[in-house]
Amino acid sequence: MVNIRIDGRDIAVNEGTTILEAAKQNGIIIPSLCYLKGVNDIGACRVCVVEIEGNEKLLASCNTVVEEGMVIRTNSERVRSARRINTQLMLSKHDCNCPTCVRSENCSLQTLASDLNILEQPYEVKLKRNRWDKTLPLISDTSKCIKCMRCVKVCEDIQTMNVWELGGTGTRTEVRVRGGAALDNVNCTYCGQCVTRCPVGSLRERDDTELLFEAIADPDKIVVVQVAPAVRAAWGDGLGLAPEKATVKRMAAALRALGVDYVFDTNFAADLTIMEEGSELIERLKDNGGKGKMPMFTSCCPGWVRFLKLEYPELVENLSTAKSPQQMFGAVTKTYFAEKIGADPKNIFCASIMPCIAKKYECAVPEVNSSGAGPDVDAVLTTREVDRMIKASHINVKALEEQEFDSPLGTGTGAAVIFGATGGVMEAALRSVYYLVTGKNPDADVFGFIRGCDGRREGRLDINGMDISVAAASGLGNARKLIEDIKSGRVHYDFVEIMACPGGCSGGGGQPICDGCELAGERGSRLYDLDKSAKIRFSHENPDIQKLYSEYLEKPLSHKAHLLLHTEQKSWSL
Amino acid sequence: MSRLKFQTAELAWKTMDEICGDIMRRITASPRGNCPAEVTAAFLRLCVAQSCGKCVPCRIGLSELANILDAILEGRATLEDLALFEETAHAIKDSADCAIGFEAARLALDGLAAFRDDYLSHIEKGCCAANFDSIPCVALCPAHVDVPGYIALIGAGRYADAVRLIRKDNPFPSVCGLICEHPCESHCRRGIVDDAINIRGLKRFAIDNAGSVPAPKCADATGKTVAVVGGGPAGLTAAYFLRLMGHEVTVYEKMTKLGGMLRYGIPPYRLPNEYLDADIDVILSTGVKVKTGVNIGTDISFEELRRQYDSVYISIGAHEHKRLGIDGEEGRGVMSAVELLRGIGDGHKPDFRGKSVVVIGGGNVAMDATRTSMRLGAKKVTCVYRRRQIDMTALPDEIEGAIAEGCEIMQLMAPVRIERDEEENVTALIVQPQVIGEHERGRATPRNADKPEARIPCDMVIMAIGQEVDSAHFAAEGIPVKWEMLETDNMARIPEKPGAFAGGDCVFGPATVIRAIEAGKVAAANIDSYFGMNTEITADVEIPPASYFFKPACGRANMRERAADERKNDFKLMELGLSEEEAKQECSRCLRCDHYGCGSIKGGRQVKW
Repeated sequence: MVNIRIDGRDIAVNEGTTILEAAKQNGIIIPSLCYLKGVNDIGACRVCVVEIEGNEKLLASCNTVVEEGMVIRTNSERVRSARRINTQLMLSKHDCNCPTCVRSENCSLQTLASDLNILEQPYEVKLKRNRWDKTLPLISDTSKCIKCMRCVKVCEDIQTMNVWELGGTGTRTEVRVRGGAALDNVNCTYCGQCVTRCPVGSLRERDDTELLFEAIADPDKIVVVQVAPAVRAAWGDGLGLAPEKATVKRMAAALRALGVDYVFDTNFAADLTIMEEGSELIERLKDNGGKGKMPMFTSCCPGWVRFLKLEYPELVENLSTAKSPQQMFGAVTKTYFAEKIGADPKNIFCASIMPCIAKKYECAVPEVNSSGAGPDVDAVLTTREVDRMIKASHINVKALEEQEFDSPLGTGTGAAVIFGATGGVMEAALRSVYYLVTGKNPDADVFGFIRGCDGRREGRLDINGMDISVAAASGLGNARKLIEDIKSGRVHYDFVEIMACPGGCSGGGGQPICDGCELAGERGSRLYDLDKSAKIRFSHENPDIQKLYSEYLEKPLSHKAHLLLHTEQKSWSL
Repeated sequence: MSRLKFQTAELAWKTMDEICGDIMRRITASPRGNCPAEVTAAFLRLCVAQSCGKCVPCRIGLSELANILDAILEGRATLEDLALFEETAHAIKDSADCAIGFEAARLALDGLAAFRDDYLSHIEKGCCAANFDSIPCVALCPAHVDVPGYIALIGAGRYADAVRLIRKDNPFPSVCGLICEHPCESHCRRGIVDDAINIRGLKRFAIDNAGSVPAPKCADATGKTVAVVGGGPAGLTAAYFLRLMGHEVTVYEKMTKLGGMLRYGIPPYRLPNEYLDADIDVILSTGVKVKTGVNIGTDISFEELRRQYDSVYISIGAHEHKRLGIDGEEGRGVMSAVELLRGIGDGHKPDFRGKSVVVIGGGNVAMDATRTSMRLGAKKVTCVYRRRQIDMTALPDEIEGAIAEGCEIMQLMAPVRIERDEEENVTALIVQPQVIGEHERGRATPRNADKPEARIPCDMVIMAIGQEVDSAHFAAEGIPVKWEMLETDNMARIPEKPGAFAGGDCVFGPATVIRAIEAGKVAAANIDSYFGMNTEITADVEIPPASYFFKPACGRANMRERAADERKNDFKLMELGLSEEEAKQECSRCLRCDHYGCGSIKGGRQVKW
């Protein structure tokens, strides 16, 4: 233990602790801005500076480790003045048009300026705006960028994609796409991890809320919305709704209040994915890969699919040919469902609410739209966007009574809901693969070894003599390590699940942002709770899925299923 | 009524002079990789501040140049603006009345010529190609040794760990502690505060206090074999790292002992054998096989080696001396510095007692020959150089040391012929006095003065005017050679000879030991890659966290030498290391650029390669 004194209080903390963490552990608040625990501790904003007795200079508390006998003042006049001036300097290079900013009221710079009681801005305001293609799923606005470098670090260290870099020098330093290229010319996967780490409104998703508003307002359109599993674990966070209030049924009510005609559940399509992907896995296992290669990779995460196609194009045939649940849902909506309600699929507007930015890219890939009635999914909105729509419509969610999803595409199982957590697709698939091979259900929790937010989990199982090695990883850095291990022969698997975002979709780049919090684990555990309490926990037992096959698709991997639910991964435009 | 007055030093002037001095130090310590357009704009504004404002081109033109650069930097400029910049600069250069204007414009044009691509990148892509070196000392060390890391370890008293960390990139810590030319110090950020850290001094302190530090374990044997031709610093560095990677290495050395120019070119008063052998012993302890007394070309051919080994690395150095081509060069008493120092390396110390020696040359080898001659008992040693003393390429400390030992530097004297008696014994060097003249390729060049030839009586003439590579055999075997030097790509690969690599002086020409080490390190990495492997070299040493205590301006502790009239009589190490007190103070001056500044963004260190 190291003994220090902070603001007159004697404190003992573990060796190697930073001053900022030592203060936090003892209830002393040191404001910070660029610091992000475990990701970024570069001391760039100089807001967390503190005074250390005997030292001429103020020091950043985020990256200064405590030393025995240190006497620290966190709020002396020198500290207060430096902190205040540094914040004012940042404000002079930040577009402070807060009312029109997507992060207003959820902006760390705004909070800091307000906390510091900054009422005037003495410096000349000079903003630098970047040129940006606003049709891309991810938008960068450098006039708001405070050069905290969190996006650079998260992309480099956690996702290993190096999309962002610090360019230029001096006052003209800017965070830009690597080499000054356009975002769609570097290998960006649109995972959006940079967006959720941005403390201000410099990075955001493309706002597609107007597309849905207009469709709702169009009397000729039948508006169908699907809600992804992970959205239900987080949508309340953006509206200040407590988790126990923010149920998925209340969200269904909110969507109806917005004017949506049919509120469906991506869980339905997740169950359908399990039927197709699980059956494909069994075929590949029997046929040593069959047409595809082994190990088989899951294909539901578009960030991961983009990653593989951009970075390891030689492994594309390892991807399952099954479309993602979102796209399966779109295809079924514009065929089966349209027939069922006797509507022209061209009049159906199919929107999805996703925890994800890459889904905006996915829905626009021509090769993954096969219903023949325009795009299968017309618009993708992130959880944050749907929260903004609810706010913009002044819907009092707290007062809404819970409502059920519509039928038939609104039914999902516990197996489907865990798609939103890393390892969930694998677990759901194994539950049904076990059934498809043995004819009996396993204990629903028997594959729990694949759960958790560790970089990689793996296991080996024997299903009726069928030996299967599986692994699940989340975060692209972990994915890269896993791929390299597979390529070098250090590991061998038959089935691998990968999610681009750490923790899976619950930590998705489209989820509500709480600066400084890593909520993937907590949100994921809400999904596991939903699975635990679900009446049906096996995809193959979803009655509406059974009905879909008997009425329309025949059986998994049938000709029609191939047409609607599978894709030629190699042919995708990137 | 008085007409004249004394100039008194006003406080404002004094302060301004001090500020200018600080600016000079700051510019010296500039990180490499700044945006050239930004630096030029700032420089032009400084020039405007110097302008008296009389003449149009300087008063208005320089500001306008800076304004155009601002537009370029802010992405507002077009190619026409760049053309205007160039035209304007030419006009200022041509028409400004005094140097404040025309020299400013010349520098702007020089910058434009060198960095046009960067300017275009700003205009066309709105983006700067600049890329800061995050840690100046590490970036400037050719072997990229983790300097802040080992300084922190020395500060913590962990000398053996410091040596381990150095060896991750450089297996010659003892040698470099004594004779490295320390390019790491040239842009040290501490220079902004007071003066560069004495990095080499600290390295020497570490090796003097670390005791014996064994080499790390080698990786599992790969079964791959490498022949290294030449056991100098480049070859031994490659051998060391290749062994650590698990490959089998055999070093072929022409001489009887390993070390190359370190043993046969650097006199022992600068690098005693025990220091060199300490490094070589650790290198050999990894299991390097050695065959001395083998000459590639006569004993075994290069192609034969290629057949016998999976890879061959050529690092034969540059051991042939250049000739001046003057009359009398064949006379008795004329020798090359290379021959003299090679003999010393083998323990042969010729007797120069009572002799007058003239050394021709101005580089470090000339200083080595000069000071060696002194130690061999010469009555008088004169170093003759064609240019001025200030133009000598030898380190200033070496020149001053030689002068202190009683050698004379005769500047601006060009050798004409060597005078001999009837028995061909040297009697004098005839020289033509020179006048320093105009700059050619950035360097003041001498020409014959309007003075008669002079005669410097002497018994011996030692030529130290450069070395060449003996590359005839390798050229005959089809390796491309230019000016006797072997040609490779920048990954040390010899074109069209798969598996064959070369590096060190035989590729660069005579250079420093640290560049040879760089060559060996690059070759080891690329030979490993050539084998299809990616064996990583690490140090596994934990670096102490950066101290939070900023030490205000403080003098740099320099090394001293033993008293001149004592050291000039022997070949014992002449340089005195730092005391513990001095070393600790030097460590505390380090600004820890691995932690502070952009080191924290770009990562403080490369823990493996």
